[in-house]
Amino acid sequence: MPQILMPALSPTMEEGKLAKWLVKVGDTVKSGDVLAEIETDKATMEVESVDEGVVKEILIEEGTEGVKVNTPIALVMGEGEEVGEGNRPAAQATSSDPDGDSAVAAAAAPVPAEPRSGAEAPKFVAQNDPDLPDGVEMVEMTVRQALNEAMAEEMRRDKDVFIMGEEVAEYQGAYKITQNLLQEFGAERVIDTPITEHGFAGLAVGAAFAGLKPIVEFMTWNFAMQAIDQIINSAAKQLYMSGGQVTAPMVFRGPNGAAARVAAQHSQDYSAWYAHVPGLTVIAPYSAADAKGLLKAAIRSPNPVVFLENEILYGSTGLVPKVDDFVLPIGKARIAREGADVTIVSFSMGMRYATQATEKLVAAGVDVELIDLRTLRPLDIDTVIESVKKTGRLVTVEEGWPQGGIGADISARVMEQAFDYLDAPVMRVTGKDVPMPYAANLEKLALPNVDEVIAAVNAVTYRS
Amino acid sequence: MARKATATSASTMPNAPQFTQEQDLEAFREMLLIRRFEEKAGQMYGMGLIGGFCHLYIGQEAVVTGITMASEKGKDAQITGYRDHGHMLVMGLDPKGVMAELTGRQGGLSKGKGGSMHMFSNEHRFYGGNGIVGAQVSLGAGLAFASKYTGDGSVSIAYFGDGAANQGQVYESFNMAKLWKLPVVFVIENNKYAMGTSIERAAATTDFSKRGASFDIPGEQVDGMDVRMVYDAAQRAIEHARSGNGPYILEMLTYRYRGHSMSDPAKYRSKDEVTKYRQERDPIEQVRARLIEGGSVSEEDLKKIETEIRAIVTEAADFATNDPEPDASELWTDITIEA
Repeated sequence: MPQILMPALSPTMEEGKLAKWLVKVGDTVKSGDVLAEIETDKATMEVESVDEGVVKEILIEEGTEGVKVNTPIALVMGEGEEVGEGNRPAAQATSSDPDGDSAVAAAAAPVPAEPRSGAEAPKFVAQNDPDLPDGVEMVEMTVRQALNEAMAEEMRRDKDVFIMGEEVAEYQGAYKITQNLLQEFGAERVIDTPITEHGFAGLAVGAAFAGLKPIVEFMTWNFAMQAIDQIINSAAKQLYMSGGQVTAPMVFRGPNGAAARVAAQHSQDYSAWYAHVPGLTVIAPYSAADAKGLLKAAIRSPNPVVFLENEILYGSTGLVPKVDDFVLPIGKARIAREGADVTIVSFSMGMRYATQATEKLVAAGVDVELIDLRTLRPLDIDTVIESVKKTGRLVTVEEGWPQGGIGADISARVMEQAFDYLDAPVMRVTGKDVPMPYAANLEKLALPNVDEVIAAVNAVTYRS
Repeated sequence: MARKATATSASTMPNAPQFTQEQDLEAFREMLLIRRFEEKAGQMYGMGLIGGFCHLYIGQEAVVTGITMASEKGKDAQITGYRDHGHMLVMGLDPKGVMAELTGRQGGLSKGKGGSMHMFSNEHRFYGGNGIVGAQVSLGAGLAFASKYTGDGSVSIAYFGDGAANQGQVYESFNMAKLWKLPVVFVIENNKYAMGTSIERAAATTDFSKRGASFDIPGEQVDGMDVRMVYDAAQRAIEHARSGNGPYILEMLTYRYRGHSMSDPAKYRSKDEVTKYRQERDPIEQVRARLIEGGSVSEEDLKKIETEIRAIVTEAADFATNDPEPDASELWTDITIEA
């Protein structure tokens, strides 16, 4: 005989008032019929019947206060011969009888699974850069050319790769990163979008769900704020909340951080924002070679990748190895210079300040170890820790704001994992904690600079 | 006090599209499965077995049933918001897996990691189950983009509510879908209330079928309580999209009997309004009445179907109750794919 239980209106409700019975003993009820009304301090709600039968007994009188959730409040007897409808076979009666209810009630407290050793966070181990053939030719090119080559090569390799964004096709790219792609791959694969970031980011995620490998170019990452919901809620979380079934293999890319004199709304570094999000891969290259090798890796990645470029770096040149398929490992920092006295960690545009500071410091006799993170998630903290164990001193450099920044995170991890090796507090060189001003002098003050890096190194090495 | 639903006048409308008895039986079975499944889910929520939010589809069954009957199962993609249980059941996803996801167990469709609002199936081409109001419209346009890109001939069906119809990205998606002639059917399930806000209080214009007018997207307002009307309109819309004419909008006039979610007492509407829909417009009772009127299906035949449906739902509930919670190690899986 099935019991009707006092229901909870929400997971936090523990008891309520049985305000009113709408059926009486002897009534026949069926699915959807309202049996009673219950009240809490927040709401009144109807209790509907889920099964068919005859009300046999009312166990809690109407007007009773403080009825605990899951207390039996009535007995409803399943259809029986005396009702005169039942030709139902006994076996059916058993399976359709709400005996599920008693099973449900008995098991209302789920059996907890024992935590196992597998409940540890998996440790990410990065691959090393590929060995280059002896005597490989190094070609000088701009970051812009490197990014362009990476996309062209990957689009030749895989017909499911396409690029969409504002002005990527006929205009040849607002910053000319997509130059000549339309001519080579056609309008089906190089797609000019309307100015509609939220919409085309979501559209690209949907296309990735269906198996394509979109590259979404944001004219700058500032405009991706319109699309951040689709990047995080749809792309980054998809694999996890589908239990591993549906993926979003795609790249969101474009210039990030401050350009020159474009003021607050066009000058923000989103590194820390995206690096915060599990499910995303976040890459922020500095050199032309890293730009090419990592963008190719990003396009091949089965995961959603946020690829943060920098407008000011687009025109800077570097040497890129001339090999057939130059792909770099995601998640591996690059030691730009080995040294023993102090570690400087940076990425993207920050590397320019860090590199220039390193040149001056080395000239002054400070043996700097300079690390370019290249990837911000997964973060190659091992390389940083190993370096700090050697130097005992750490300075981080980034254009982003200080609070909750990349430097703040590295500082915390070094404190957790290498506290005893530190000979001085970690120092952060960051963008100032202000929206970007327009005036040339103020803008200069708001950004990090070489002198600030040198000052920080002097402080942690007690050389002031 | 037992309520007796009666057939709507629509069922006897002479010009209504006709169903064969076979189609009526299929619709009856599918809609009844949703109804009984949702009632059970509501009960299990009340018992604390289902947590968080639980948005029931009761009352709206004809919409997803009629559209899915008009679509190509396994080929056409479907995507919706968080009121998604009915879509999954009609598309053929395992009721046990759906219910076990609601209870957060390891046998759930998303291993217990998604919950009521996040279930997916590549195999059945169901892409959720999306918790952010309106996001599924852009995603659905993207599914259609992939169809056009690969030329696989599939159509994407993107469902959203009258509430989501006021989101900006809906119109961004309308624009791109029409601009690029994407094979997508936008289905607006207008159940009159965005949570507690009636359409009149939220929308400057309440005829949602005209929301594509400035993009030149054709739209129709459909009686979403009559599965034949839904099927008929869906056939037109899907054919339009599949044959390369671009998007189509179907506004389904429907009604949810329960609150927005389980914890919503629905005090923003009158009891009479709900009763009127249940008694006069109920999508399942319309089909039941037609089948009986037809003469060759008896009450006993329908009773047998109901018994079978109850057995499926009871089995799902039992499974979802007894299946263990996911292993603790699942906390750390499916975050990214190791290349």
